[in-house]
Amino acid sequence: MVGTAVSSLFSHWRRNPLQLAMLWLGLALATALWSGVQAINAEARTSYAEAAAALGQDSLSRLVAQDGGAVPIRDYLALRRAGYLVSPVITGEIRDEAGRLRIIGIDPLTAPQEAGAPGLGGNTDLAAFFTAPGLLLMTEATAEGALPAVLPRIVIAEGVPPAAALTDIGTASRLLGQEEPSYLIVAPAQPAGLPPLAEATSLLLVAPETSGDVARLTDSFHLNLTAFGLLSFGVGLFIVHAAIGLAFEQRRATFRTLRALGLPLRSLMIALALEMTLMALIAGGIGIVLGYLVAAALMPGVAATLRGLYGAEVAGGLSFDPQWALSAMGITLLGAGAAAAQAMIRTGRMPLLAPAQPRAWAQASDRAMRRQGLAALAFFGVAVVIGGLGGGLLAGFALLGALLLGAALALPVVLAFALGIFARGARGPFAEWLFADSRQQLPALSLALMALLLALAANVGVSTMVGSFRTTFTGWLDQRLAAELYVSTADEAEGLRLQRFLDDRADAVLPIISAETRLFDLPAEIFGIVDHATYREAWPLLTSAPGAWDAVFAGEAVLVNEQLARRQGLSAGDTVPLAPGLNLPVAGVYSDYGNPSGQAIVGMDLFRTTFPEARADDFAIRVAPEDAPALATALREEFGLPDTAVRNQAQIKRFSLEVFENTFRVTGALNVLTLGVAALALLTSLLTLSSLRLPQVAPVWALGVARGRLARAEVWRLLLLSALTFLLALPVGLVLAWVLLAVVNVEAFGWRLPMQVFPADWLRLLLLALLAAGLAAALPALRLSHMAPARLLQVFSQER
Amino acid sequence: MRILALLLAFLAGPALSQGFAGLGTQAEGFAVPARDPVFDFPADHGAHPAYRIEWWYLTATLTGEDGQDYGVQWTLFRSALAPRTAPGWEAPQLWMGHAGLTTATQHFSAERLGRGGIGQAGVTAMPFEAWIDDWSMRSTARTGEDALSALSLTARGGEFSYALDLNATGPLVFHGDEGYSVKSAEGQASYYYSQPFYEVTGTLSLPGGEVAVTGNAWLDREWSSQPLSESQDGWDWFSLQFADGARMMGFGLRDRAGGVFTSATWIAPDGTETAYGDGALRLTPLALTEVAGRDVPTEWQVELPARGVDIVTRPLNPRSWMNTSFAYWEGPIRFEGSHAGRGYLEMTGYE
Repeated sequence: MVGTAVSSLFSHWRRNPLQLAMLWLGLALATALWSGVQAINAEARTSYAEAAAALGQDSLSRLVAQDGGAVPIRDYLALRRAGYLVSPVITGEIRDEAGRLRIIGIDPLTAPQEAGAPGLGGNTDLAAFFTAPGLLLMTEATAEGALPAVLPRIVIAEGVPPAAALTDIGTASRLLGQEEPSYLIVAPAQPAGLPPLAEATSLLLVAPETSGDVARLTDSFHLNLTAFGLLSFGVGLFIVHAAIGLAFEQRRATFRTLRALGLPLRSLMIALALEMTLMALIAGGIGIVLGYLVAAALMPGVAATLRGLYGAEVAGGLSFDPQWALSAMGITLLGAGAAAAQAMIRTGRMPLLAPAQPRAWAQASDRAMRRQGLAALAFFGVAVVIGGLGGGLLAGFALLGALLLGAALALPVVLAFALGIFARGARGPFAEWLFADSRQQLPALSLALMALLLALAANVGVSTMVGSFRTTFTGWLDQRLAAELYVSTADEAEGLRLQRFLDDRADAVLPIISAETRLFDLPAEIFGIVDHATYREAWPLLTSAPGAWDAVFAGEAVLVNEQLARRQGLSAGDTVPLAPGLNLPVAGVYSDYGNPSGQAIVGMDLFRTTFPEARADDFAIRVAPEDAPALATALREEFGLPDTAVRNQAQIKRFSLEVFENTFRVTGALNVLTLGVAALALLTSLLTLSSLRLPQVAPVWALGVARGRLARAEVWRLLLLSALTFLLALPVGLVLAWVLLAVVNVEAFGWRLPMQVFPADWLRLLLLALLAAGLAAALPALRLSHMAPARLLQVFSQER
Repeated sequence: MRILALLLAFLAGPALSQGFAGLGTQAEGFAVPARDPVFDFPADHGAHPAYRIEWWYLTATLTGEDGQDYGVQWTLFRSALAPRTAPGWEAPQLWMGHAGLTTATQHFSAERLGRGGIGQAGVTAMPFEAWIDDWSMRSTARTGEDALSALSLTARGGEFSYALDLNATGPLVFHGDEGYSVKSAEGQASYYYSQPFYEVTGTLSLPGGEVAVTGNAWLDREWSSQPLSESQDGWDWFSLQFADGARMMGFGLRDRAGGVFTSATWIAPDGTETAYGDGALRLTPLALTEVAGRDVPTEWQVELPARGVDIVTRPLNPRSWMNTSFAYWEGPIRFEGSHAGRGYLEMTGYE
């Protein structure tokens, strides 16, 4: 019995392949966007976990030098000879024109088991590993990437962090030209009878990074992606809802006939549930494949973003995880169930003897409108409350969610109100009919229009944020990159030679010197700068105390970047512990985009005495702009620096902007996809309506309105509705942008940007929305304009 | 990194493990022991990087002020990946220290690994010191005397440590053919000498507190590049002290086919040695103990008819298991029969 029911139900799809395609497309798109984002997040998190677990960073303490430099070998040996179980690591990056690679050199002989470095088992030639030229262990993905030209033999090994090579400390020492350990790993269990480690050394004992700095920093980025994925999924479900609603409406006659033939309601429901499940499985399968493709296409961009922004290494490739596919399928089934629930319930309640005539969906009732309006108000209220309480990334996203939901619910109310106003101003019966009919159609179209609203609002919001960011960032780069040339030298001797060479050729040579250290127990960098107008005049300070620069150059105060200031709640006058025994007041806060970590600036003299081992290998050179090209040539040809070591301002700006563009490329791609999905939702809804609305349209046609005019009216109406939707989306999008800039970005990146508006972008978006609506309306309108008069006449002849 | 797997692999070298700890692998590029050695002291107390493997191996049978028996082991192994030394981090020479402390009810073991070039581990001949981390065997001999005639010894594990002073009452003893010790019928051999005459005083630190101890100790020095035949997978080694001051060293190298290659040295109280070749010594396991998931023969009948020796050995602690990268059994024993006394037993290659 169920079998017969299923086969007769399925005959509907055979007769309506377009509907079937819509249903599948909607589900597949929803699944694809959601699961694609999930795949990206999962891949990145795996990379972080691997990186965090590398050498047991997540479980083992470390010893580092007080000044952030290398650990002297004699200190290491002194600890070993005192009996402490500590193990040296030499790590650094090698790069050349061909590529770059992080080198992690460990001492497998002393590394504690908990360091869990990957196995050297089986076929690895240990003599080759321990003796020159050594071996490099890396994952296949790393080995296939862009690597420096001259490397020791590569051995493929699992479990090595992305973009890094694990090797013996001896090999690392040779490759990096560094004799002394970068830090020491501390075994969790130390031998009996030794005094505590902290008493035995002047090195700094650093607790394990339990959560992983990188994972914490990038959390917000992934939450961002997830929110977009969820939005896309929601928009996709609108399509599914519309397609399923249509299919159920059109089959009311079939349902009634089946019931009349004696099919129990239960069996009918089971048959329908089976049908939906099958549809969801097929569409979900397609969606998972699409999602994987989307993720694989976006992954390199995501990896570049994460590296550029957070310094987090993420594999550029994507591995297929069955668990991911299963969860995506589960989400699809759930989504399809949610979308079909309403139609199923309606079918379940359908009285056996009810007229099987398809009817346009529920009339717009004032009561339903009021309810929706109240719900919208409630959501706006929630948004205001959350916004008022403020703080935190989750609160930011909750605020966004409440805002978008409220706006979506308010849309039909606002549209009905607007149409009412238009109707009052309408001249002539046709126009009056058109507006009245539009209001009557609103409930049916509103879901699709809501999808459009969400997509448009997200688009406005994100493009406003990105635009604000770009403007601020470009301006900031202009200030920050004030020097005409930037030069890298190989070592200290070359640096000194360079300074002599430039003595009479350049206006000023400013060393760029920094030491890695920890501020407030998080990794941070301290820069030393010389007293020069470049800083006093151009350096972008957000806030500063009077005489800030004088105090800094006198070694009496420190400048901190915005990230550090926000994280620690620092403002001018607060004290920052820079090094043991060195606490300085904050003189000012400077903006520092493109870097999530804390940073501080002190005067050069103070820097030299605090970090005597830091070397300046990079220099900023001030020279008259017109002389810069000649000086660059002289540096390359007369002084003999390699091409890559001399870069002009424009090159560095271009590189910085590239990092920036990469950061938002993924967001942009998701944005466009969401808009596309919304257009599809409109198309589906219109296709549904066009066949259902014949009883409304036929009498107007019979009264003498040409089919062509009717069809054009349909298009115009949808364009009008879309334009109205855009008008509502605009303020919602701007609020969205504000939340992104003032709440989400501050949490995610640690900086706050002034919001700027880009009306030209809005115009483009409006045109885009109208284009999408026009395309969506075109097909049903075309159908109507070519509809055989006989079909329109049938409306009057059919007695059902 | 599974250090265990790593080390098993590293001593085994590129070829798969041959014999216990890869001691049966080929010795390409390394020097090979030759007959009629001429030892040059104190230089030969130091390291021989041209040979693949070498050890400074000390065992002590001790008695505490509490009247209890104790055993102590201190070993430094050198394992060369290439027959050369290198300064800095490069590591053609790897070092491994083992320390053991045995009581009647407990056995503690500890292990240290290190590389030689940076000075974390090594052996210097003049002044003599063998060390890895804070473990040290340092000469305290007066000028003019053999460097090994007096030693100060320390080691520390997770739960124990010890510090001992050793004074030799007899000369060095050379095994086999004047220090050329044959290990198989195919002729594998090592250079092998001992200082079996130490008197010991010192302190053990145990989880329960410190114990002052006195007793005797035995130092083995051995180096080679391929001390075992490829078909040999383990050995049973005895050092015995008799009541009259005589000493005896004996070992049996077990063949995969079931055969045993034995060797023994009888050491008179004045240090005069007599070497006995394959077959003179008979070793018969009497009782097995299950340790670390395997059956290990912890009671033995030891016979050297040429000297009228027919004794049965019993361990102080049948679970004297060295839980190190290459696990093995090493602990103090007492023996009865034709003679009575104390000694040390080492058993390797029981899988």
